[in-house]
Amino acid sequence: MIRYDYHGTGFAGWQEKLDHYEPAFLLKLFRDMLRIRIIEEEIERRYFQDHMKSPIHLVIGQEATSVGACAALTRADLLYASHRTHGNYLAKGGDLKAMLCEMHCRINGCVGSRGGSMHLMDKSVGMAGSSAIVAGVVPIATGTAFAAQMQDESYVTTVFLGDAATEEGSVSEALNFAALKQLPIIYFCENNFYSVQSPLHTRQPKREIYKWAASYGMPSVLVDGTNVLAVYEAMQEAVARAKQGGGPTFIESPVYRFRAHGGAGDDSKTGYRDIAEREAWEKACPIETYFAFLKSAGLIDEQARKVMAGEIMAETMEAFDFALRSPKPTEADLYTHVYAD
Amino acid sequence: MPWDEGLVNSLVYDAPDPKEGRVLGYAKAVNEALEIALKQDPSVFVFGQGVDDPTAMFGVTKDLQDKFGEKRVFDSPLSEEGMMGVSTGAAMNGMRPVFMHNRPDFILLAFNQLVTHAAKMHYMDNGLTKVPMVVWAAIGRGWGSGAQHSQAIQGLLLGVPGLKIVMPSTPYDAKGLMLSAILDNNPVLVFEHRWLMKKDGIVPEGFYRVPLGKGIYRRRGKDVTIVGASHALELGLQAANKLAAEGIDAEVIDLRTIKPLDEEIIAESLKKTGRLVVVDTGWSMGGVCAEIGCLAAEKWFDSLKAPVRRIGLPDIPHPAGYTLEQFFYPDVKRISQTIRELVHQ
Ligand SMILES: Cc1ncc(C[n+]2csc(CCOP(=O)(O)OP(=O)(O)O)c2C)c(N)n1
Ligand SMILES: [Mg+2]
Repeated sequence: MIRYDYHGTGFAGWQEKLDHYEPAFLLKLFRDMLRIRIIEEEIERRYFQDHMKSPIHLVIGQEATSVGACAALTRADLLYASHRTHGNYLAKGGDLKAMLCEMHCRINGCVGSRGGSMHLMDKSVGMAGSSAIVAGVVPIATGTAFAAQMQDESYVTTVFLGDAATEEGSVSEALNFAALKQLPIIYFCENNFYSVQSPLHTRQPKREIYKWAASYGMPSVLVDGTNVLAVYEAMQEAVARAKQGGGPTFIESPVYRFRAHGGAGDDSKTGYRDIAEREAWEKACPIETYFAFLKSAGLIDEQARKVMAGEIMAETMEAFDFALRSPKPTEADLYTHVYAD
Repeated sequence: MPWDEGLVNSLVYDAPDPKEGRVLGYAKAVNEALEIALKQDPSVFVFGQGVDDPTAMFGVTKDLQDKFGEKRVFDSPLSEEGMMGVSTGAAMNGMRPVFMHNRPDFILLAFNQLVTHAAKMHYMDNGLTKVPMVVWAAIGRGWGSGAQHSQAIQGLLLGVPGLKIVMPSTPYDAKGLMLSAILDNNPVLVFEHRWLMKKDGIVPEGFYRVPLGKGIYRRRGKDVTIVGASHALELGLQAANKLAAEGIDAEVIDLRTIKPLDEEIIAESLKKTGRLVVVDTGWSMGGVCAEIGCLAAEKWFDSLKAPVRRIGLPDIPHPAGYTLEQFFYPDVKRISQTIRELVHQ
């Protein structure tokens, strides 16, 4: 039984909008999504080798949200992630080698092996923080936007959260404060309908998350999370609003994770969701639908995609090799940075 | 009668001698620290429930909003966890928040942000992110405060890496430690005690700091070491002064900061006296008393002539009623008796 169906319309009607965009930009969105997919699949393929001693939460199926959102951000804009960090980190410009080193517990990981997959951070690209506590970064991101406002800084803060995070009290507290102070922040909610294996309807009453968020007193929109351009445009509007002092925005994007909550492979067969549900969403795959769209516009073909995939694969393999050759921390590394000077 | 006002007002402390310097009330001393910090550094801001109301957090935040504006001194929504996160996020990005709470009990709602985020961000980001923030609260006691408005939670936080915990006992320290806390680049908890809030003391004008992590001798003696902080130390000091008449010569150490803990000063004193009494406003079990007692057993066993004594709270929730309270809290009489037993053992 399909509980949560795809209700979007894909790229129908988007043909007319193509003129607004540079082809290079459109292709970059595709490449960025494909890159995340290929890297994630390679992580998944190697996961059982146990060199990556880290819990992982793959974003396969959820690439358009990270890529579309980050395309509307500059490097100076800050991004906060939940436990599902990979897509956010890569889309924000994070270093693939630093990410894989982190997942391989190496000293040159982006946080020196103190984080692993769930705690990717990198100040140099504006990946400001992530937390394995559901909703943990939501108030922190709100405080970041508050700091920006107080210091008259022009950067915008975006925080990714899942559907279940909206059930945490601290998210309500954060939305209230952001609306009260009209903070330059975007709450980006990826609604994939599940919290681990718990479906949305056992956790929330029948209502739409974005409407609930609107009740805190901020513009709130529903955007197809499989459509990278729709995500990009919604984010652009939200970023412009934030930069102009117009306050916070909430974006809900229905998406589907094609894999288990954590780890490698899909776990639908355990019965908490119907495989037919995943298959229905796979028809709305953010990468395939966008590829078909670009192809119909004559911007890409199978051959070009193959070349692209080859380049990404080479980059990925090199990064894995690099990680596996990288040094491990020493005992002395354990003791540093407990306190700041 | 608002809460414990009546009891607090009836407490007698030795009046400071104005010849030694300017005499100031405790709350005013903290107020001065906040004013200096706000004036010195535009990244400092002060917020919390009711900081701009007429009672102004016991007077600690009095007039600050008028002087520095609503942007830098402001009332907070009743969102302890959310606002602890806001404070953390602001601190991670260039600000120095001072988050004021009426009572430590309310901070328990914010443990997720305090313990799991603020305390750990610096480590988790491999030293790149700093979280310079101060979380302030005044421990309650008496007048029906009871199980949910009297908790001294320092023991719960003592074992959390990345935090610092300050517990002043004099107006001089309250000002100097607050300035150190605000200038520190880590999350620092400052726990005051309501019963110290009406105390007067000599407080220098202008800027000065009392260092974090360093204790101070309040009284020199050779028979027994009394160590602790805040109001418990005040009671310990009163007991020591009383026992001097009986020929018991106690040394009293005010820790000022319980994390980082000044182990050296305790070791030094214990070497001389061989007897240790740890006093604390919190529960004896698993808290400041337990930790220092354990350190004595682990590191300073050779100095000990007698077992360590803990004078904290029993493993019981705080009762609200007046009579039960008299049994619950250690007072000068009971502290004195414990010390007598220890010395004459
Ligand atoms: C406070 C807290 N409670 C429970 C968990 C266990 N947990 C980890 S991820 C997760 C699911 C969160 O679902 P959602 O917010 O929808 O994000 P998604 O995993 O679907 O991306 C849960 C319950 C946790 N990490 N933190
Ligand atoms: Mg979810």
